[in-house]
Amino acid sequence: MRDIKHYVIIGNSAAAVGAVEGIRKLDKDGHIVIISDEPYHTYSRPLISYWLGGKVTDEHVLYREPDFYEKNNVTFLPDRTVTKIAAGEITLSEAGKAEQFNLPFDKLLIATGSRPFVPPTDGLDSVTRRYTFMKWDSAKAIKAEIEGGARKFLIVGAGLIGLKAAEALIDSGTPDLSVTVVDMANKVMSSVLDDSASDFVKSHIENNGVVFKLGTVAERFEPNKAYLKNGETVDFDVLIMAVGVRPNTELAKDAGIAVGRGIKTDQFQQTNHKNIYAAGDCTESYDISSGSEKVLAILPLAYMQGEAAGINMAGGTFPYKDALPMNAIGFFGLHIISAGDSLAADTASRDDIFVHHELDDDENVIGYKKLIFRDGLLIGYILAGDVSRAGIYTSLIRDRVHVGKLDFNLLKSSPQLMMFGREYRDEKLGGIMP
Amino acid sequence: MKKIYVNEDWCLGCHLCEYYCAAVNSGERSMVKAFGRSKKPVPRIQVEEGAGVNFAVQCRHCDVPYCVKGCITGALSEKDGVISVDESRCVGCFTCVLSCPYGCIVTDGDAHVIKKCDLCLSRGGDPACVAGCPNMAIVLEERQ
Repeated sequence: MRDIKHYVIIGNSAAAVGAVEGIRKLDKDGHIVIISDEPYHTYSRPLISYWLGGKVTDEHVLYREPDFYEKNNVTFLPDRTVTKIAAGEITLSEAGKAEQFNLPFDKLLIATGSRPFVPPTDGLDSVTRRYTFMKWDSAKAIKAEIEGGARKFLIVGAGLIGLKAAEALIDSGTPDLSVTVVDMANKVMSSVLDDSASDFVKSHIENNGVVFKLGTVAERFEPNKAYLKNGETVDFDVLIMAVGVRPNTELAKDAGIAVGRGIKTDQFQQTNHKNIYAAGDCTESYDISSGSEKVLAILPLAYMQGEAAGINMAGGTFPYKDALPMNAIGFFGLHIISAGDSLAADTASRDDIFVHHELDDDENVIGYKKLIFRDGLLIGYILAGDVSRAGIYTSLIRDRVHVGKLDFNLLKSSPQLMMFGREYRDEKLGGIMP
Repeated sequence: MKKIYVNEDWCLGCHLCEYYCAAVNSGERSMVKAFGRSKKPVPRIQVEEGAGVNFAVQCRHCDVPYCVKGCITGALSEKDGVISVDESRCVGCFTCVLSCPYGCIVTDGDAHVIKKCDLCLSRGGDPACVAGCPNMAIVLEERQ
């Protein structure tokens, strides 16, 4: 008789789902337990803005089909908080109950994700109608605020989360609703967009009704008022804090697992503790485009790291080595895709940059493209407007394809397979060989 | 598993495959009706044209499908080697467009959903691009 393995997964989002699907590729019999501190079936965090904006139903917020746990023979324990990780077992408690339980494991995955970072600010505690925007419960609370009559919204943070929240509020179609976004940076999406792309995106969002106060910070709060450093004040009914996220590493750290900015793993997603793996937003990854360790809190990466972890936990050998920053996002019909070290050229003069603005007949910007090359490799790009076939650019970064092997003019004009030589196309597309 | 392959030596660059693909996936019975709409249907196959070289390309149904792994909603899935999209679950975030190394996820204008080749399995197989190619440059066959 074979030994039945016991897998325990802390977390219930993309990395956890990836792990289940990874484990089940090799091990159909092992016992899998998923522990979540939320009450919900696995759902897609990025979809909460679509849900708030009325674009997806409750059912479609789910990241997998309703029978996901049954089909994969997973024991799902919602509303549980893990309090301790030890060798071979974890300790958890059920929401609202004092009693603690121990749960043994053969293989553990830490997929605890990240949480909103809320900078301590004078008077912030006095703001009772204050939310973050990473969990379904937050979106539900904000929706209840709208239904209860809230109309003036202040969002602190013009990153992906803050801007998606802003779009959702406008999309909710609530009459007389106002949205103001404040950010310390003097541009939107400052972690991925350069100045030109940011200007383009910002004007588009402004044209859809969002008011920006950039290059300033909210220094002090009263329950319904923010005092900005630039001297302005903003009245609000509801405050949404979307400054950034921080990896949830405390459990790992307390267990003596190596933690840098995020939980450290090898390329098999194993931590420095045997039988304990980590994946997703709570980890740090080696970014192949910049050559540095980073916390890359993005969903596709979480899934792929989770999947790799799962396969390895089940006894396979599956390194994950493709980590790079990448984002596909849209606001009010304008699409933006970026990948790799999309800001590199802002700080390093040795990079070759290609920039193109697409203009309409009245010289308005309707599209933007930036390609950044270093040592003959594409290391990052930004597309805004027409993003079609962007993945071909992503593949150049991921596969480290030297531009010497490509038709550079075609590469610059648009992502296309014609830029590759015949040999590559025959190999990759499986063309009929003579 | 059978996949669609294109022989670029034989591809004329006529774009007929795009029309056949768009038409059969439009739900209309005739090409006249499919393209008579104000909103033109979108093909899931695309012809690239170059100096003396043309070829059509559509989803390669990759062994490592970055589009499926990266999908934020679970709309994209793989079954028996075929990658397909449940359009009702797609929100048009285009993470798959960002991920696809072949540029084979196509976007559908204002519809905010993606379209992709499913080897015509949703309409019973017999890919329209293969059937319609006038020079037999597009084939459906098993290869290693």
